[in-house]
Amino acid sequence: MNARRNPGFAVLRHVLLLAGAAFMLAPFAWMISTSLKPPGEIFLDHIRWWPNDLHVVENYTAAFTRAPLLRFMLNGVIVTATIFALQVAVALPCAYALAKLRFRARPVLFGAVLFCLLIPPHAISVPLFLLFHQIGILNSYAAMVVPFTISVFGIFLMRQFFLTVPDDLIDAARMDGISEMGIVWRVMLPTAIPALTAFGIFSVVAHWNDYFWPLIVINSEHLLTPPLGVAAFRNQEAGTDFGPLMAAATVIIAPLVIAFLMVQRRFIEGIALTGMK
Amino acid sequence: MAAGIAIEGVTKAFGRTEVLRRVDLDIRPGEFMTLVGPSGCGKSTLLRIIAGLETASSGAIRIAGEAIDHLRPGQRDLAMVFQSYALYPHLTVAENIAVPLRMRRLAGHQRWPLAGRFMPGTRTIEREIAAEVDAAADMLGIGHLLARKPGQLSGGQRQRVALGRAMVRHPKAFLMDEPLSNLDAKLRVHMRTEIAQLHRRLGATFVYVTHDQAEAMTMSDRIAVMMDGAILQVDAPDTVYRDPADLRVAEFIGSPKINVLPAVMRDCGSIVVSDGSVPAEAEARPGTDVMLAFRPEHGVLTEPEHGAFRGRIAHVENLGSDLLVHLHVGDPGRPPVVVRSAPDGHGLAARHTIGQTAGIAIAGPPPLVFGADGKRADLSRTRPKAPAHA
Amino acid sequence: MLEPALAGPAPAARPAASARTVRWAQMRQSATAYALCTPAVALMVTLLIGPILAVVALSVTDYQLGAQTMAFIGLDNYADMFADRVFRTSLINTLLYVGTVVPGSVALGLGIALLIEAGDSGKAFYRAVYFLPVMATLIAMAIVWEFMLHPQFGLANLALKAIGLTPQNWLTDGDLALWVLAVIGIWQAVGFNMVLFLAGIVSIPRFLYDAAEMDGVPSAWERFRLVTWPMLGPVMLFVVVITSIRSCQVFDTVHVLTKGGPNKATEVLLYTMYAEGFEFFRSGYAAAITVVFLGFVLALTLVKIRFLDRQVHYQ
Repeated sequence: MNARRNPGFAVLRHVLLLAGAAFMLAPFAWMISTSLKPPGEIFLDHIRWWPNDLHVVENYTAAFTRAPLLRFMLNGVIVTATIFALQVAVALPCAYALAKLRFRARPVLFGAVLFCLLIPPHAISVPLFLLFHQIGILNSYAAMVVPFTISVFGIFLMRQFFLTVPDDLIDAARMDGISEMGIVWRVMLPTAIPALTAFGIFSVVAHWNDYFWPLIVINSEHLLTPPLGVAAFRNQEAGTDFGPLMAAATVIIAPLVIAFLMVQRRFIEGIALTGMK
Repeated sequence: MAAGIAIEGVTKAFGRTEVLRRVDLDIRPGEFMTLVGPSGCGKSTLLRIIAGLETASSGAIRIAGEAIDHLRPGQRDLAMVFQSYALYPHLTVAENIAVPLRMRRLAGHQRWPLAGRFMPGTRTIEREIAAEVDAAADMLGIGHLLARKPGQLSGGQRQRVALGRAMVRHPKAFLMDEPLSNLDAKLRVHMRTEIAQLHRRLGATFVYVTHDQAEAMTMSDRIAVMMDGAILQVDAPDTVYRDPADLRVAEFIGSPKINVLPAVMRDCGSIVVSDGSVPAEAEARPGTDVMLAFRPEHGVLTEPEHGAFRGRIAHVENLGSDLLVHLHVGDPGRPPVVVRSAPDGHGLAARHTIGQTAGIAIAGPPPLVFGADGKRADLSRTRPKAPAHA
Repeated sequence: MLEPALAGPAPAARPAASARTVRWAQMRQSATAYALCTPAVALMVTLLIGPILAVVALSVTDYQLGAQTMAFIGLDNYADMFADRVFRTSLINTLLYVGTVVPGSVALGLGIALLIEAGDSGKAFYRAVYFLPVMATLIAMAIVWEFMLHPQFGLANLALKAIGLTPQNWLTDGDLALWVLAVIGIWQAVGFNMVLFLAGIVSIPRFLYDAAEMDGVPSAWERFRLVTWPMLGPVMLFVVVITSIRSCQVFDTVHVLTKGGPNKATEVLLYTMYAEGFEFFRSGYAAAITVVFLGFVLALTLVKIRFLDRQVHYQ
C-alpha cells in the first residue's frame, strides 16, 4: 500500500487522516467558535459553528477583565524564563565537568545524576512542600521556581552533547588563557545552542503547562500561572459564562501554539526529548 | 535457465533531471555484464529499472524476449544483491535465505506466525525449502553460520548470505548493485574472484554495477561504460582497454590513467605534439586540434634527442615492481605524463633525477587519437565510431 | 586559531614534566571540577535525593502537617492503604486508565505515522495538526472538553442528537467518566507517540523494502510483518513504556473535571496522593501512597533502561 503508486489508496489515506485530524482539532474549533458567540448562541439545541452575531470583543474583554489573564500570562513568562535561566546556569558547568574534566568523584556524580533521572517530580512533592512550609517560602515565585532549578535531565543531555565537542577546541581555549568557567560560557555554550534550544523548548513547555506543583504551593490570585489561572476562572464562572471562559482558554494556549506553528521542527525535537528522558 | 536481457530505448528523468538518456543494451544469456562508470552516471538507476524498483520514463525491458515492464519486482524472476546486503536483521541466516522461497511457495495462511506451521502441507514445503537453503549455504561456505543473525557476521559473510538469498531462487538473472563497495580492500579483491567463480559455476546471467574499473575489468565478459546517463561503449574488457571509442572511456578505464596530450594534425601521417611529432593515421584535416593518448606502459624514456617529444621529470613513484615516472610535457599546468618503466631501467629510467629533461617515445601499439569532440579519430581503430550493440 | 596552539612546542622539545607538576595540575583540574559542580550537587541533594529519602522515611511515620510530634509506626500506613476501599479503587482505576490509554494511543499513533509516511502530500500539515494537542496547555483544553461534553449544549451531545442517538452524561455518569477521561488522555497522547513512530519509520533503511520487493512479498501486510514491524521493535517498546509512565501520572484532568468522582469512579493514584497530602495534610499516609506510585514508575523506567538505554550509559 503506497500512495505514490496507488491513487485509490492515496485518496483513502487522506480520508482517514482527515477524519483523525477532525477529531484532533474538534476541541480547538469548538473553543474558538464558542469564544466568538454571544450567550444566546452558546445555549442552542443544535450545532452552529459560526455565530450570526459576533461577540468577539465582548467575550475577550470579559476574559481579560474578569480575571487578570495578562497577569497569569506574565507569571507564566516569569516562572518559565527564570526556571530555564537557572537550569542552564546550574547544569551547564556541571555537564562540562562531567564531560571534559577528570576528577575522582566523576563516576559517583554521574551515577547520582542517573539515579535522580529516575525520580518522577510528583514523587517528591510531599517532602518538598513540607520543607518549603518550614522555611516559609510557600505562596511565592520562589516556591514555583526553586524545585526545578536542578534539571538532571538538562545535565544529562548537555553532557552527552559536550562529549562530542573535540578536546582540541578546549585545549586551544586553555592555551589562550581562558579560565574553566570562561570555557563553559564562552566556548561550550555557543556550540551547544541547538541542543539548548531543544532543551529550552522542552523546559518552557513543561513548566508553562505545569498544574500540579503550582496548585500545591500557590494560594494568591496574583501569583497564578496560566493553567491555574484558567482553572480559577472556570471555578468562578461556575458553568454559565462559556463565552469568556473559552476566550480565556484560547488566550492561554495561544502563545505556545503560535510559537509551535512558527517553528514546528524545533518544537517537535524539543518535546520528543521528553521521550528520551 | 539463464536468460538474456534486452534494454530498449530506456530513458529516466527525475523531475527535470535526466538521469538516463536513451539507453539500449543487449545482455546475452549467461554472460557477466558490468555497468561501470563514475558516481551519478545512472548505472544504479538502470539496474533498479531492470529490477522493477524504479519505472522508466520511456522504453522497454525484455527478459528472454518477453516484455516485463508491467510486472512487479517480485514477479520478474530476478534476484538482486544490494550494496548494503539488505539482510533482515531479526532473522537468522537460514531464515534470510529462505525468505524468497517462503514468500512464493507458502500461501498466506501457511505463513501465519504460530499457527502456520500446523496448516496442511506446510511441513513438506518447509522441509524442501530447508534442503535448498542448506545446499546454497554449502556452496557458499556459510553452512556453519545458518543459526546466526546478520549482526553477528563479518562483512564478507553477510555478502555471502545476500548471494545465497539470491541464488536459492535460481532466477533468470542476478542483479548486483556495487556489492563489494562496503568491504575493505583485501576482502574486495578476494570476493572478486569468488563472484567470478560463482558465475562460472552457476552459468547464470549476471548484471553487475560498480564504479571500480578494476572490478569491471577483472570479472566481466563484457563491460558497458556509462557516463552522464548514456552508454559510451559496450565491449569485452580487453577491447575497451585497447580500443576505447571515446576519450572519456579511455580515461576512465585503466590505472594509472591514460596519458592525454593536446596535439595538432600535421598531415595524414603525423601529429605535432608539444615540441615534437608522432606518426599516426587519423581522420582529421591538417591543422585541426586533436588529443593524443597512450598508456603509461607504452611510453619509453629515452635520451632527449631520441624521443618523439620531450618532458621534464617532476616526480618518480617506486612501487617496487614498477617505476612510474611523472613528466611535465609542455604546459606545466596540465597533469603530468606518466611513463612506466622497470626499476633496473632501460634508457634513462635508471638514471633519472627530478628536473632532468628526458625524451619520450611511444612503443607498442600506435597511440590513440581523439578528435576535439572526444571520439576516436585514428584509423588504427577496429570498430565504427558510434557505440553500437555488439 | 587552533593551528598555533597545536603547532606549539613539539613533544620532543618539551622537558619531561616532573611528577609533582603533573599532580599539581591534576589537583587544580579536580578543584575546578568540584567548584563547577557544587551548585548542581547542592541542589540535587536538597531538592531530589533528600526528598526521595524523606518520602520513604515519612511513609513509615504518622506525620501530619502542623503536628508537634511524629511517631514511627512501621508499615501501618501501608496496611491502612490496602485495607482502604478508596485506595484500592484508586489503584484499579489507574490501572484501567493506563490499560486503555496505552494501547489506544500507541496503536493510533503507529497507524497515523504509517499513514503519513505512506504518501508524500500533506505530511507537514498532518504532523502539525496531530501534534497540536500535545502542546496545548492540558488544563485549558480539559476545560474546553468539559464544555464539549456538556449534557445540554456540548458538541458531543449535540452531534449525537443530530444523528439520532441518545445524549449521555459524560462526566457525571459513573460508568462513563473514567473512559471519557481515557479518551481525552488518548487525544492528548496520540501526537506525541506519532512523532516517535515517525522518527522510527523514517529510519528504516529503504533497501530493506527493496529487498522485500525483490523477494516477492505479496502484500502490504506481509511487507509490514517482514520489515516494518521488526524494525520498529525497539521504538515500539520505548513508546509503550513512555506512554505508560506518562499516563500513570494522570492528575490534571481528574482534578479539573471530576475531582475523583462521581463517587470515586475517576479516583486515580496521584489524585488520592494529592488529596491526602495537600487537602487533608496527612503527610505520612500521602508519602506511603507516593511510595506505591514510585514503585510503578520505577518498574517501568527500569524496563526501559534494561532494554533500551544500554548504549547510552556505556560512555
